[in-house]
Amino acid sequence: MRRPKRDTALSHRKVTRRGLIVGAGQAGFLGLLAWRMRYLQVDQADQFRLLAEENRIKIRLIPPARGQIYDRNGLIIAENVPSYRITMERDEAGDVDRVIERLSRLVTLDPDEVKRAREEMLRTRLHPVTIADRVSWEELSRVAVNAPALPGVRPEVGLSRRYPMNDEYAHVVGYVGPVSDYDLERIEAPDQLLLIPRFQIGKVGLENQREDILRGTAGTKRVEQNAAGRVMRELDRREGQAGRDLQITTDSALQSYIHARLEGESAAAVVLDCETGDVLASVSTPGFDSNLFVRGISVADYNALLENKYRPLPNKSVQGIYPPGSTFKMVTALAALEAGISVPDDTVYCPGYLEVSDRKFHCWKRAGHGNVDLARSLRESCDVYYYEMALRTGIEKISEMARRLGLGVQHDLPMTGVATGLVPDKQWKRETRNTDWVIGDSVNASIGQGYVLTSPMQLAVMTARLATGRSVTPRLIKSIDGVETPTGHGEDMGLNENNLRTIRRAMYDVSNNRRGTAYGSRIVAEGMRMAGKTGTSQVRNITAAERAQGVRRNSDLPWERRDHALFVDFAPHDNPRYAVAVVIEHGGGGSSAAAPVARDITLQALYGEDPPLEAYPSKDRARIRAQQKRLREARPDYSKDASDRA
Amino acid sequence: MSYLEYTVKNVPTGLRKILYVNWPLALLLTAVACVGFLMLYSVAGGSFQPWTEPQMKRFALGFVAMLSVGMVPIWFWRSVAGVAYGVSLALLFAVEFFGSIGMGAQRWIDLGFMRLQPSELMKITLVMLLAAYYDWLPMERTSRPVWVLIPVVLILVPVYLVLKQPDLGTSILLIAAGGAMMFFAGVHWAYFAAVVAAVIGLVTAVFRSRGTDWQLLANYQYRRIDTFLDPSSDPLGAGYHITQSKIALGSGGWTGRGFMQGTQSRLNFLPEKHTDFIFTTLAEEFGFLGAISLLGLYVLIIVFCISSAVANRDRFSSLLIFGIATTFFLFFSVNMSMVMGLAPVVGVPLPLVSYGGSAMLILLIGFGLVQSAHVHRPR
Repeated sequence: MRRPKRDTALSHRKVTRRGLIVGAGQAGFLGLLAWRMRYLQVDQADQFRLLAEENRIKIRLIPPARGQIYDRNGLIIAENVPSYRITMERDEAGDVDRVIERLSRLVTLDPDEVKRAREEMLRTRLHPVTIADRVSWEELSRVAVNAPALPGVRPEVGLSRRYPMNDEYAHVVGYVGPVSDYDLERIEAPDQLLLIPRFQIGKVGLENQREDILRGTAGTKRVEQNAAGRVMRELDRREGQAGRDLQITTDSALQSYIHARLEGESAAAVVLDCETGDVLASVSTPGFDSNLFVRGISVADYNALLENKYRPLPNKSVQGIYPPGSTFKMVTALAALEAGISVPDDTVYCPGYLEVSDRKFHCWKRAGHGNVDLARSLRESCDVYYYEMALRTGIEKISEMARRLGLGVQHDLPMTGVATGLVPDKQWKRETRNTDWVIGDSVNASIGQGYVLTSPMQLAVMTARLATGRSVTPRLIKSIDGVETPTGHGEDMGLNENNLRTIRRAMYDVSNNRRGTAYGSRIVAEGMRMAGKTGTSQVRNITAAERAQGVRRNSDLPWERRDHALFVDFAPHDNPRYAVAVVIEHGGGGSSAAAPVARDITLQALYGEDPPLEAYPSKDRARIRAQQKRLREARPDYSKDASDRA
Repeated sequence: MSYLEYTVKNVPTGLRKILYVNWPLALLLTAVACVGFLMLYSVAGGSFQPWTEPQMKRFALGFVAMLSVGMVPIWFWRSVAGVAYGVSLALLFAVEFFGSIGMGAQRWIDLGFMRLQPSELMKITLVMLLAAYYDWLPMERTSRPVWVLIPVVLILVPVYLVLKQPDLGTSILLIAAGGAMMFFAGVHWAYFAAVVAAVIGLVTAVFRSRGTDWQLLANYQYRRIDTFLDPSSDPLGAGYHITQSKIALGSGGWTGRGFMQGTQSRLNFLPEKHTDFIFTTLAEEFGFLGAISLLGLYVLIIVFCISSAVANRDRFSSLLIFGIATTFFLFFSVNMSMVMGLAPVVGVPLPLVSYGGSAMLILLIGFGLVQSAHVHRPR
């Protein structure tokens, strides 16, 4: 390239001048940069340093271990077991789809769970999202081994609840589940812990009622996080307080026996310790596996529970309320005795019915009992005697006696939906029904029909109070972290001992006198004999037309319309240790359906194991032997576990 | 007989040229590169891998390349300026068709042993071509419209291609460097005033066109401008880079948190901490003193270049040195403005410090041209 001649000096001057101008401009800009640097780094240093700390230091809650629940013998009813889950972090994973695809070859992934995890990942890119919960140890290990091929995927260990005796305690202990929005709305000023996604809280039963004791308090740790929210190291930690352990009063061996004995029925049974009020057993059948709820129950399983006509979900022993039927007769009799209106020897003539204000009230025995005194009326369950007593005594005194005996009052038990039941009186009827009490209402109430409603727990309390004369109150929590709670021994109720003795004697006859309604279900072992009362409560009205044709037998009716079968007893009759109440929904007659079950339960409680056949009347022994064998096979043997622990 | 030809006998020859290399400049460049090694080592959590060691190798290669280029007479470089520009332009066209996609932009050609970014190459060759053009163009024609239009076209063709990749940062750098070359060469003030007025008009148009069918920039570019204007609007999204880098800078204070103690970068709060945002790590760990020192090193490099350019009486040489110094200045000032929140995040690396092969190599080749001009200056 030929270069033209030029004035090099001029060119040089111009370039130099322009260059220096640009240089000056650059110097000015650099001054601006230096000023900005000083502004950010010196003037605003404190503010930014604070922001940097906030960036990297996060306070994380340490969830406390939930208190465990034991039975009276130290057997575990609810425990915490390590649970494994797999989390995923979107930032680290990069190609989320590919990682999930790879993961699905190692672990069975629930499509719904994956869909939810994906949505959560889209919302928050900074926090790990659970993609598979409750994986097995094998699956966890497979994920850990293949970690290099699964970026962002991490196996984690936490604690989750397990109920080793699943069905048998489903109603008493209940279950825990992940905290829901609904739960949060109901709680004022919720604990920080509840804001942890999927934190487990008690939903039903003891788990729910004593959440305060079981939950514990959260610890905190300060951790250093990177931008992806991944914990790099822990700076310090303040331990929380683990939930306190609860020991409850139930005896798992007895609980399990009763559960097996009531298998196939919609029934409830309660066993109380007369001395302490301890709830030795509280069973409602059918049960359900509470572990299903901890995992999050499937819609199909839940619907199956809801649609079951035997209603497995409610705790029938405290939530279920039934007309007590003839088991209420002790209340009427005692009210009359205590009021001084009748003496035990007073007789009433039973022609099979009593006509009150132009209406016939029938006795269950159409032919009538003839002349009956108190002992006979209870033993043979004559209704007319009690109609007469109700007319003489009046509903107010009967209701008052019922409440003193523990009916119609809500017992303080840490279970869900503990029922108050209903003991009606005049005021109640005016307030709720807007009509006046009529004499027929008293007549109905005297035999535990009409408005009267009681739960099996209340019937057991009534029986224990009749047996001891003390106001025994039921107790479910035996000790908290080893500290014994006060018992429900109860004060003397101030009832006339002679009156009580009369009632007890009549109850003894129910199952020990040849004419007693529960003679077939007697205990023959000396020192173990029981005193009880049958009850059969109607769930339908028997019309005059039907009565004319002859009342239909229970076995001819559809299940829902059959009578409830009830039985209450205490044993031994002369030194009461246990009070038992059994209700079999639509089971038929109290003497045929409930009494045999109650006897078996009573014997099981008395002996603490399968009772010797000698305790049964000789003609039953062959059948009982077969039944004991069948039930032994049907239930786990907790007595062995208990001795292992000791 | 040109001015250069008759003074050539005063130019050192053979290996003696080594002695005439601008050694202070070479040492300053090495010092800056060492700061880079240190920071890459820290960012990697105290490890030579994965960044420091390759960076050192590339610097060594680049340093040798710089000296080699410096040994070649400057008139050779002047004569190949047109060819070099043509090749760069051809490569820019080539990335349009068979370039690799990386970081959301189509920017490089894979040569096997290294990935070549033609846009980087263009930064140097554009300066060369314009220096050669104004060296060839008689002074009195410099400000005539036709002769002004030619360099404008020469600048805008590569700018258009780079913008299409899309790489906003490099296109701005090319326009600024090209404009500066025209300014150095003595184009009349009025032209620049007109351009500034036009730019203001254009910026208005860009913002007015947003959301309409004929909007002038891609959505991501608008978003970058938005976050530049208000980084706190979306601290975890688009504003994340700027917010976090300001926090890193600010938390450094006077003396910094100490080598390898910067929490922001070590814990991954900083994006692209080893490339565009490496300055924040330095500022966090060595504080204001460290940051201002690096700025000082850069200033010294510019000062040495300017003094070399002023002392050089060859028009091509001084234009070339000014041009390369300006390119260098634009690199670090745009990068620093960006991380300090004075300019939008446009993806310009910190020269010689940020991790990156072709940028460093080409920058050192550019300084090789400065050395060549320095060694072969008329005496």
